[in-house]
Amino acid sequence: MERTEILDAVYDACVEILKVDKAELSETTSFADDLDADSLALVEVVMQLEEQFDLRIPEDDLDDVATIGAAADVVATHLAAA
Amino acid sequence: MLLADRTVLVTGVLTPSSIAFTCARLAQEQGATVILSSFGRARSLTERAARRLPVTPPVVDLDVTSEADLAGLAARLTDHLAGHADRLDGVVHAIGFAPEPCLGQDDGLFAAGWDEVATALRVSAYSLPALAKAVRPLLRPGASIVGLDFDATVAWPAYDWMGVAKAALESASRYLARDLGPDGVRVNLVAAGPIRTVAARGIPGFADIEQVWSERAPLGWDVDDPEPAARAVVALLSDWFPATTGEILHVDGGVHAVGAAIR
Repeated sequence: MERTEILDAVYDACVEILKVDKAELSETTSFADDLDADSLALVEVVMQLEEQFDLRIPEDDLDDVATIGAAADVVATHLAAA
Repeated sequence: MLLADRTVLVTGVLTPSSIAFTCARLAQEQGATVILSSFGRARSLTERAARRLPVTPPVVDLDVTSEADLAGLAARLTDHLAGHADRLDGVVHAIGFAPEPCLGQDDGLFAAGWDEVATALRVSAYSLPALAKAVRPLLRPGASIVGLDFDATVAWPAYDWMGVAKAALESASRYLARDLGPDGVRVNLVAAGPIRTVAARGIPGFADIEQVWSERAPLGWDVDDPEPAARAVVALLSDWFPATTGEILHVDGGVHAVGAAIR
């Protein structure tokens, strides 16, 4: 799967769950600093991605996810392993 | 099955890593009808987690700091009990919260003021009797209330005011056991070892507590496995502990029994 497709899914999950404007989002957007998203909000974004891509991503893997690009990377890693 | 024909309210399901999530799953596997509660912004997360249970349970609103929510809880539950029974057979209290200054600060207890401490005590300890009072009209002899605890007989690294709140929870559980015993209702706690949930990862210093378990647990301890604690919760909900109340059951790999590192 193309990275842009995964990135798009992350944007859509952020728009739906965090109620943010897609135009504000980029790879470097920080969940905590730019979107005011705490750990629970991040978990919800990732749960949405898990459902969409039929994946299970351990919550431990989210410790290093600070940005939208990092979230896309985690999804890509698990897709590749699936 | 341990919980056949029983209806159980499970609070505190946030994500699939929540101890309460595993309680709900095991309760369903043991035949229970499960109802979840959640509140505010956590609700959509709870509903998402609920869809990953064997049977998707209904989710009722419950903010334990809202008197109105508590007062209306029995009625909201009754809506979902229709068709099963007019009673609630079990409650899992998995509710705890402390504002940031209450946990893992360099100067320990001195970091938080009363307003923050009051919030921690209200959500994490007062909520047990408050919840019991709210559902009392639905409880019948044989019903069981089980809360999640972290051993509060000693001081831990980083746990700070949450530890004080757990001490209050332990005491409240004993008094509730006294007050609900004549109704035939049991009240017990499960003192689990540390589990790496979303909530726990928010505790600075959680690793120091994990370290204690890796050094001291005679049986060993897996911080990623909530099932041992959840199994104990389900057992206490069942009628296999019919004469046990006011008890704190340690599900900690044996750490509470050992005074020094064994490895």
